[in-house]
Amino acid sequence: MSTEVIMPQMGESIAEGTITKWLIAVGETVERDQPLFEISTDKVDAEIPSPASGVLLEVKYPEGATVQIEAVVAVIGEAGEVPAASEASADLAEEVRDPKMTSAAEAVAAAETIDEVADQTDTVVEPELVDRVRKMSSPLVRRMAEEKEIDLSRVPGTGIHGRVTKNDLLRYLESRVDTSTAPGVRTAEVMVKAATAQPGQFMVPAFAEGDNVEIEPMSNIRKLTAAHMVYSKQTSAHVTTVFHMDLSRVAKVRDRAKDGFLRTHGTKLSFMPFIFKAVANALIASPKLNASIDGTSVVFKKDINLGMAVALDWGLLVPVIRHADGLNLVGLAKTANDLADRARRKKLVPEEIQGGTFTITNPGVFGSLFGTPIINQPQVAILGIGTIEKRPVVESDADGNDTIAIKYMSYFAITFDHRLVDGADADHFMIHIKQTLLEESWSELDPFL
Amino acid sequence: MSDRPERKLEWGFLGRISYPASERLQVSIRDAVRAGRKSDVLLFLEHPHVYTLGRNASNADVLADPEWLETRGVEVAECNRGGQVTYHGPGQLVGYPIIDLNPDRRDIRRYVHDLQTVLVATLAELGVDSQPRRSSEELGVWVENRKVASIGVHISRWVTSHGFALNVDTDLEYFAAIVPCGLSDVKMTSIAEITGNHHSLSEVATICCHHFVDVFDRVPVLVPREHLSMNWPIAS
Repeated sequence: MSTEVIMPQMGESIAEGTITKWLIAVGETVERDQPLFEISTDKVDAEIPSPASGVLLEVKYPEGATVQIEAVVAVIGEAGEVPAASEASADLAEEVRDPKMTSAAEAVAAAETIDEVADQTDTVVEPELVDRVRKMSSPLVRRMAEEKEIDLSRVPGTGIHGRVTKNDLLRYLESRVDTSTAPGVRTAEVMVKAATAQPGQFMVPAFAEGDNVEIEPMSNIRKLTAAHMVYSKQTSAHVTTVFHMDLSRVAKVRDRAKDGFLRTHGTKLSFMPFIFKAVANALIASPKLNASIDGTSVVFKKDINLGMAVALDWGLLVPVIRHADGLNLVGLAKTANDLADRARRKKLVPEEIQGGTFTITNPGVFGSLFGTPIINQPQVAILGIGTIEKRPVVESDADGNDTIAIKYMSYFAITFDHRLVDGADADHFMIHIKQTLLEESWSELDPFL
Repeated sequence: MSDRPERKLEWGFLGRISYPASERLQVSIRDAVRAGRKSDVLLFLEHPHVYTLGRNASNADVLADPEWLETRGVEVAECNRGGQVTYHGPGQLVGYPIIDLNPDRRDIRRYVHDLQTVLVATLAELGVDSQPRRSSEELGVWVENRKVASIGVHISRWVTSHGFALNVDTDLEYFAAIVPCGLSDVKMTSIAEITGNHHSLSEVATICCHHFVDVFDRVPVLVPREHLSMNWPIAS
C-alpha cells in the first residue's frame, strides 16, 4: 500500500534533476500535495508535492544528488507496523524497481499482482477488525485523540483499512469547531466568498433550471471591479452626503472662454477642470480626505493625485492626475483629456492608473441627479458629480426679498469613510468646494474672454 | 473547459519594494494563482539596495565589508530561488512573473528560454543587441561579454515565482562587491552604460510586458499598484 515518489520530468528535453532539499524528514507525516522536496534543473528551483498522504518511510537520494527522471526517490506509506499485505506489496514494488527487470510487460504484471493482493486482503478484513485497526492508529494520532478527548471509532478514517490518519483527525476536529472565530479580521477572500454564496450559507440562486437565460463568463476587468467593490463595502464605513452646487459663474466663464481655449490649446474645456481645481484646493484645506487607513494609523498623503473614473465600453478605469494641486486649468484640462483618451485606446502606462489619493466620478454625464459612489480603496473619500443643468433657485437679497433665479446647478455627492472622516469634516470639505465654484474669478482664462 | 478562453495577465509597476515584502507578496499571489483564484500576474518593481543569496550562494560571495554595507544601507537577504548571489537596487527593473505553466507550458527549460526571448526582444527595442546564454553557470542575457540581465526562477506545482532582473540604469559599482552568480570574472552592464539613454523603469516595464504577452500568449490587463498588492481573490 506504499506509494513511490518519482523524480518528475520538468521538461521535454530534461533528463535529470538535482535534489536540493528534503522538506520532510524520514518518519514525518506528509499530506498529499504538500511540498515534499525541492529540485534544481537548469538553475530553476522547483518544489515537488507529495503524491500521497502518509509517513515518509524512505529517502533514496540525499540532498545534492542528481537523479534521472522517473527514478524512485522516496517511499510514502503508513506509520508503525506495516500490515502483511502492504509488506507483500512493498516487496513486489521492490521488484518492479529492480533494474534487472526491463520488460514492461513484466512490470505491468507485477503491478497487477500488487492490486490483486491488496484486493484480496481487503475482502478478508472483518468489520470488528476494521474497527480495531482504526483504533490502532499511529501513536501520534492516538495521542492527539486522547488530548482532545475524542473516540477514534467515531472519526471517519481514510487510511489503510479505514484507519484514522492525522489528517482525518484534523478534519474531524475542524468540522466540530465553530468557524466564526475572529469577527472583524475577516479577509477580503472571506468577504467575496460570502458575497458569492458558498454551499451551506444563505444564497439566492441566480437562475433556476429551465429559465430563459444566457450565461457568459465575466471579463477580467469585471471580476476585478466586482471584487474591489465588495472589498471596499466591507472595508470602509460608507456615508454619503449631498450638496447642491451653484456652477453659474463657472458656466459663464467657460462659455465665453471655451472657443479661444480650444483654438489655443487644442483641447476642450469642460466643467471638469474647474471641479478638479476646486477639489484640489479643498483637499489642501482638508487633509483627512486625502488620506488612507493603515491598521490603526492614519496615512496622510502629501501629494494630491486625483483619480477620475472613466467609463469604457469594456468596464471602468480610474486614471490619475498626479499633483493636481500644482496644475492650472490648462494643465488639468490637457491631462484629463489625454488620460481619458488613452484610457479608451488602452494606451495607459502603470503609473497613470495608480497612486490616486482621492477619486472623482461623474455619473451626471448620463443625466443622473446624483450617485452614492463606492470608495476606491485604499482612499477614504470619493466625489460624485451629478448632472449640471439650469434649475430655478430661490435667492434672497440683503433686504430679505426673495426672487426665483435660473442657475446652473448640480448635486455633488461625497461618500466618505466614517472610520476616519466625520460628517463635519466632509461638510467642511464640500463647503470649500462650493465657495470656490461660487467665488473664484478664474482669471487665468482672461486671455480667452 | 476544452477550448480554453484567452488567458489574462494582470500586470503593473509596483515602484520600490523591499526584498522581503516582495517575497511575501509573491507567496500570497502564488497561492491564489495556484488555487485558481487569480489569473496570472506579472509584477514589475525595483528593490532598494540588497544582495540576495540564492540557495547555492555562500556568504563568501559577498566581498563587501559589513561596515561598507551598513554605511551604504545595503541589506543582505537569503531567498528560495536557484542561483547564487546577486545584487538588486535602484535603476534595475525586476520582473516577477507568477504564472501557471499548466497545462501547456510544463517545461522548465522552455520557460527559461521564453524569459530570455522576452528580455532580448525588450533590449532590442531599446537599441541593445543582446544574446541569451543558456549554460547554468552563465544563465542570463549578455551583451558581448558583459551580463545585462539575470534570471532566477522558482517553480511550485508549475506556478512560477521570482524571475529576472534587467539593469536599466543600475549603479554597477554595487556588483563589484559581490561575485555575481558565483562567476568571479563576470562583468555586469546596463542599458544606460551601453546606449547612454536613461529610461524610466516603468517605460521599460511597459515594453517588456508587451513582449512577455507575445511570447507567453496572454492578454495584458494593467492593474494599479494598490490592487496588485491587495491580492483580491479572483475566480478564474
